[in-house]
Amino acid sequence: MSTRAALRVVATGPRVLVQDHGRAGLAAQGVTTSGAVDRGSHDLANRLVGNDPTAATLEAVLGGLEVTAQKAVLLAVTGADVDVRVDDVVHPTGALVRVGAGQVVRLGPPHRGLRSYVAVRGGVDVPSVLGSRACDTLAGIGPAPLAVGDVLPVGDLGRAEPAVEAAPVDRRPLIGPAVVPVVLGPRDDWFTPVALHRLATATWTVGAESDRVGVRLRGPSLDRAVTHELPSEGMPLGAVQVTPTGPIVFLDDHPVTGGYPVVGVVPRAGLDLLAQRRAGEEVRLHVRPSTLRPA
Amino acid sequence: MRILPAGEAALLVELADLDAAMALHRGVLRWRDEGRLPGVVQVVPGARTVLVDVDPSRTSLGAVADALADVPLDLPPPPADSGVVVEVVYDGADLAETSSLLGLDRDGFVAWHTGLTWTVGFTGFAPGFAYLVSDDHRTPVPRLESPRASVPAGSVGLADTFTGIYPRSSPGGWRLVGRTDHVLFDPDVDPPAALRPGDAVRFVEAR
Repeated sequence: MSTRAALRVVATGPRVLVQDHGRAGLAAQGVTTSGAVDRGSHDLANRLVGNDPTAATLEAVLGGLEVTAQKAVLLAVTGADVDVRVDDVVHPTGALVRVGAGQVVRLGPPHRGLRSYVAVRGGVDVPSVLGSRACDTLAGIGPAPLAVGDVLPVGDLGRAEPAVEAAPVDRRPLIGPAVVPVVLGPRDDWFTPVALHRLATATWTVGAESDRVGVRLRGPSLDRAVTHELPSEGMPLGAVQVTPTGPIVFLDDHPVTGGYPVVGVVPRAGLDLLAQRRAGEEVRLHVRPSTLRPA
Repeated sequence: MRILPAGEAALLVELADLDAAMALHRGVLRWRDEGRLPGVVQVVPGARTVLVDVDPSRTSLGAVADALADVPLDLPPPPADSGVVVEVVYDGADLAETSSLLGLDRDGFVAWHTGLTWTVGFTGFAPGFAYLVSDDHRTPVPRLESPRASVPAGSVGLADTFTGIYPRSSPGGWRLVGRTDHVLFDPDVDPPAALRPGDAVRFVEAR
């Protein structure tokens, strides 16, 4: 009998992936960084259970994950606001959850938000690929999406248990659009002044085709001042790439190069917000010039 | 050289053309290897740009921009005989038509394609896909009018002024001239891509 802790997957809901901080440094070989798309929630879940922030967590879309602990484990769930049930006891997100051997943990449907992060003390210890346990959905690198019957090994942390039991979590209902920062450039000069005005003033709607590659924004057209084709160029994380069917904000599984102009770039904290928005929810963009090129 | 902002953690350096971008890329890699670009996480060459991703906790965009302006642009490309050798069976579905687009017959095309020294200008499209260029290939080859729904892994193709190899089966609009067993991408080895920006590449006809 194994002496290691493990989680057995009983149900997955819409989709659950293993994620961490990804594999940076391989973009010139065509491999995107990948990693948790709501990085702040991933890191918080790890901190609560005493892991390093780079430990692998489970990223669940719209709840539904159900696992059995094969030994006693310490968990924390962050991100989307869900009920965390251990057998029949409900725990909140943002708090330590002690799970005994044989107990079942279930994530309910989110009251708000989209993605939950489940950290287990010791980390999800599946084999790493190119230095990361992240599932890169664009290239198909890393562990496959969780399937019923999977047994996830849990790493062993030799050190003392964390002293903090809970972290403050914002549970207010959403009122109005999310406000997401955008730093202009590198290709803002490829757009008309009217387009840049619309970018900053429109209320955008999250498109249904949004995924870990990017969040599609539905709204007014952004007309180009430069209409010729853009030679393929590197795409930074958070790039707001304006395609003929509208802008897409690149999340962590984004392609490393692209052929449409990038009007601006959303910083990490803004991506964490976007990664929790569901299709149909509203977003406004707080557009500002780069510190490198003051207005 | 224009240095453009690309958010809080990247700069996009725009150059006149691919040759200039490749020269800057060589200079950036040299300086990074020498420890003169601290905080630079990764460098992504494009068709006329170099994207520089930085770790904002270790450096500032301004400091990296200042350093980039001084990167040497005159480092020579790697010698041809140092390159990767890729063995190709020249029997692609578009071989005859592609040859005639270049004013060659089949044997002339093979002699031309195997006689040039190619260099990885940039990558993209799929992990391990390299856009190969040569100083002696400047005649653009048009893409297929309707792309194929599925191109087999290992297919060698031409498009525009590039040649390239499909690392995995995918849709594609390049004109196919042959195929290779060369493994272009393997996530279980480090580095995973066989062809990396700046590498010299030669093709030989499989016997």
